[in-house]
Parts: sequence; C-alpha cells; structure tokens
Amino acid sequence: MTMDQAYSWLSATLRLSTPLIFACFAGLWSERAGVVDVGLEGKMLAGAFAGAAAASLTGDVRLGLLAAVAASLALSFAQAWAEIERGGDQIVCGMAVNMIGAGLTAFAGAALFGEGGRTPALTAGERVTPVVAGLDALTLAAFAAAALSAFALARTKLGLRVNAAGENPGALDAAGGSVRATRHIAVAIGGALCGLAGADLSLAQAAGFLPGMSAGKGFIALAALVFAKWRPGACLATCLLFGGLDAVAIRLPDAVVPGVGAVPVQALQALPYLLTVALLAGFVGRARPPAAAGQPYRRE
Amino acid sequence: MRPAPVFRALAAPLAALAATGFCALAVGENPFGVFAAMVSGALGGAEPLAFTLYYATDFIFTGLAVAVAYRAGLFNIGVEGQSLVAGAGLAMAVLAGGTLPAYAPLVAGVLAAGVFGAAWAAIPGWLQARRGSHVVITTIMFNFVASALLSWLLVDPLRAPGSMQPETRAFAPGARLWKLDDALSALGSPTTGTPLNASFLLALAAAAAVHIYVFRTRAGFEAGVQAANPSAAACAGVDATRVVVRAMALSGLLASGVAVNELLGAQNRLILDFPAGAGYVGIAVALMAGSRPMMVPLAALLFGFLAQGGAELGLDYPRISPQIVVAAQGFAVLVAGAALGSRRLA
Repeated sequence: MTMDQAYSWLSATLRLSTPLIFACFAGLWSERAGVVDVGLEGKMLAGAFAGAAAASLTGDVRLGLLAAVAASLALSFAQAWAEIERGGDQIVCGMAVNMIGAGLTAFAGAALFGEGGRTPALTAGERVTPVVAGLDALTLAAFAAAALSAFALARTKLGLRVNAAGENPGALDAAGGSVRATRHIAVAIGGALCGLAGADLSLAQAAGFLPGMSAGKGFIALAALVFAKWRPGACLATCLLFGGLDAVAIRLPDAVVPGVGAVPVQALQALPYLLTVALLAGFVGRARPPAAAGQPYRRE
Repeated sequence: MRPAPVFRALAAPLAALAATGFCALAVGENPFGVFAAMVSGALGGAEPLAFTLYYATDFIFTGLAVAVAYRAGLFNIGVEGQSLVAGAGLAMAVLAGGTLPAYAPLVAGVLAAGVFGAAWAAIPGWLQARRGSHVVITTIMFNFVASALLSWLLVDPLRAPGSMQPETRAFAPGARLWKLDDALSALGSPTTGTPLNASFLLALAAAAAVHIYVFRTRAGFEAGVQAANPSAAACAGVDATRVVVRAMALSGLLASGVAVNELLGAQNRLILDFPAGAGYVGIAVALMAGSRPMMVPLAALLFGFLAQGGAELGLDYPRISPQIVVAAQGFAVLVAGAALGSRRLA
C-alpha cells in the first residue's frame, strides 16, 4: 500500500464512520438510560430525507441540518411516547420506528419531488463540504459528540441520572430523580444524534436523498454499541473499525486475504454482524447490557 | 398472551388507516376517496381479492412464525432472514433436482426451504439457550448476515449463466405450485392474472397445525409453561434448551412458507429480497392476533388488504407513493407495541 492509498483509505474510514459514530452514541444515550433502541435506522432515514429536502428547497445547508435533527427528533418523540409513557415493548416500537421512517420518507419524497422518492441532486452550497484536511464539519462534529457524550455520561449529573435510570431506576426514583424525565431526555439526545447521522448520509456522503439509503447502517451502529459493551471509548473504536471494514469493502471488491484467498465483498459486509453475535455468545469476551435495559419503569 | 379486548385489537389497524388518511390530507387529497380506492383496489373483484389473499399468505406464515416463538417467551425478529435462507435452500434443491421426474423438484424445494429456515432460526435459539446471547439481537444480526449471504449467492454461484440480473435461472416447469388460475382456466372461467397459489391453503393448514401444537400437544404446553414461569418449568423437568431450540426451529419452519409462496408460487426463480418486509409485518400480525394461531389469518388478511390496497393507490392517486403502506404498517406496529406494554403494565 502506497502512502496515497493509505491516506485515501484513512479518510474514507473517517467519512464512512461518521454516521456510525452519531448513531452509535445515539443508541448509547438511550440504552444507558434503560431504553433499548432498535429504531436507529428509521430515525437516520428521517434525518437523511428531511435534511436533503430542506437543503434542496431552501438552498441552505444549515437549514438542512436543522430539519434533519427536527425530523429525527419527531420520530424519537413518537417512540418515547410509546415506550416510556405507554410502557410499550421497546423492540416492537423500535421496529415500528424503522418502518415509519422508511415509509414516510419515500412517501414524502415522491409527493414533494415526484422522482421515485429521490430529492433533486444538491449543489455545492446545499451540501456539507470539507473544512480541514478533507474532513467535513459533520465528521468533526461526530468526534466532538463522542467526546462530549463520554464526558457527560461519566462526569455530569445528567450522566449519573442516565446511568441510574438504566441500571437501577428504582434507586433513582427513591433518590427523588425522575426516571421518566431522564429517559425522555436521553431518548431525545439520541434522536438529535440520529438526525445528524442521517444528515451525514444525504448532505455529506451523497448529494441528496435516496429511499432506503441508510442501508442497514443503523443496525451496524447497534451492532457496534453491543460490540463495544455500551462503553463510549470502545463505541468510538468499534465504529472506526466497522467504518474501516466498509472502506475496504468499497475499495477492494473481492479482497485477497493471504492464506484464505479471495474474500467476497458480502463477507466483509456481514462481518460486523458476525463479530457482534460471536461477542454476545461469549466466544469473544462477554457483553452485559445496562441492567434495566428494555424494561418499562413502573413504580412499585 | 391473554386475549385482548376488541378495541385493542382494532387500535393497530385504526392507526394504519389514520396514518394513511393524514398522509392523503398532507398532499391535498380527500382521505375518504383514498380509503375508497384502497377498498376497491383490494376487495373489488376477483383480481384484487386474489392479490389480497396472495399477500395475506406471506403474512399468515410470518405471523405464525412470530406467534409460535412468542408462545415460548421468545421474540423472533429474524423471520425476514429465515425466509431468505429458506429461499436459498429451496432454490438450490429445485435447481439441483431439475432433471428429476415431475413433482420431485417441487417436493425437494419445499422440504429444503423448511430445513434451511428451521436451521437458520435454531442457531440463535441454541445460542440463547446455551451461550446466553439474547435472541432479539442475534436474530436482527442474522437478518443482515442472511441478506449478505443471499446477495453473494445471487451474484456468484447461483446466478443464471450469462445473466446480468442477480437471480437464478427459472425453475423447471414441474417445480411450480398449483395456482388458482390453473383451476379457473381448466373450468373455462376467466383467469385472475394473479399469483395466488396453493400456499394459501398451506398457510391456513399451518394455522390449524400451530393451534393444535400450542393447545393440544405436550411440546406446546412445555413451551407455554416455560414462557409463563421458567422455574416452574425447570422443576417439572422441562428441558429449557430443547424448548427454546424447538420453538425457534418451528418459527423458522413457518417462515419458510414465504419462500414457498413467493418462489414456487409467483417468481419461479430465486431473487433478491423476495420477502420484502413480510418478516417485519409478521410482528404486527402476531401482536394483533394476540399470538393466537387461529386469529393470525384474520390479522394477516387485514395487512394483505393494506398491502394490495396501497399498491393499487398509485393508479388513481399518482402523487401517493405505494410506500405509504410501509409507514401505515409502522404506525400499526407502534400502536400494537404500545398496547402490548400497557397490558403488561396494567
């Protein structure tokens, strides 16, 4: 590998990791507060569509970013209503969010632009463009969000409450904190981060929205969260690893691994999921989710 | 799951209708006109009705698959992937048996679909029972592994020679399921032009079989006890691993019905992503049916109506994308999921 190739692989890794980092930390906030989030994919799609649609209609990328966050937040409110207020099953409701995100974006895209759900191709001013060393503002923001989240979860009062809501909601309640409010805040932070993940897909990586463009990235982020055992530092590293795998898959179709031979690109695509299953099954360490994850909280 | 009151069962379809109505309003169409178009598109005449039953066939299989796992206390989110792997097994068996006498490839295909679907579901079951990995996450992961596996099979080893499409060559004429249209043309009646086939009857028989399994067999009873009270089940000598693996394998076996309906009944070849989300709709179907096997066909019919009615909307309302159905199904699942929780919390 020459220097040039190494550099381009590295920058592809950073770019492809960006939506994974946003979505993975979105899941981290939610799940550390005890709300399992399998709806990352749907919220990303909502963000990707709203971002591209707003940027295209207004010609302003900043409004696009705002719309992306707003649309994803709206979906996360619906999710929070069902899961926190109604005590609904978090897996079922998360899958519902994915279906709503996929369906509504394609429907709205077709109604607004009439091109099979696609938004028009975005021009330079409507996109997120590189600012420093080929990296765009969203990539830098992803690392900032990761660092801030790690700090907030470990060192702030909010972080303490979030962890309590996920590990022992009864104790938080007894100490006078509100499990409900804490979980709502955590899910909303997750919603905003998912919106940015989606915005990265349609405003930075591509120039516009395509129905279904998240293509399982929300689930890769979920896999990364599990693989990282719900720890911020490991989340960032895992997202970079999975993003790097993606960069390899794009650059080297049918990569040749010494001693194994040609590896089909689909094997690389399946690798994050297989690694996560292997970890869950205890073949590679042990993953322990937050103790109260998945359980609606009800006062005794 | 205990029987749900009628209004809870109806909350999900009402949410789907409301979502469709709001979307219609948002693009400036009259919601009631849209509903009427859906009803006539899904129920008005032999062809629409046959399409509705054809879609419902998939949803009966996936709804039963989710329900039978849920009865054992397991949440199988992997029905989509299990259908895909079943389809791969089916195609390999049918293509390998292409030269055999008539019906042999058909039988081999159905059997292979069942074995592959059951095996793909049994792995996450075994991993949960023996290695402690939660079946929800592993089945989600397995969906994507299945999807990658299928796309590799269809771009490389199974692709029709000389074809640029990611699909296998057409199955031999013997490997086709009996269609409603075959009967109609034999009778000299006008045909419907739909792929409605014998899988629909198979799906109804499966619902009856699952009913008997759940309520009248020792294995079904063991699964129910294990779901309700694992320690009581252990005390009574129920083998937890066997219950989990058996429930998941049965679930995967039922998921393979989608492959039978789509590949042997409609496509006559293996194509990418043929379940088209039926595995996820199965979650909504099972929830609406309260996991009662005999209620699953009814709930599936409703989602078949939505699928066909939505697909036909585009003719009268070009601005309304058929994808609106996916959103409507999503709202149905959300409300069903919320109702499921409030019952548990109450």
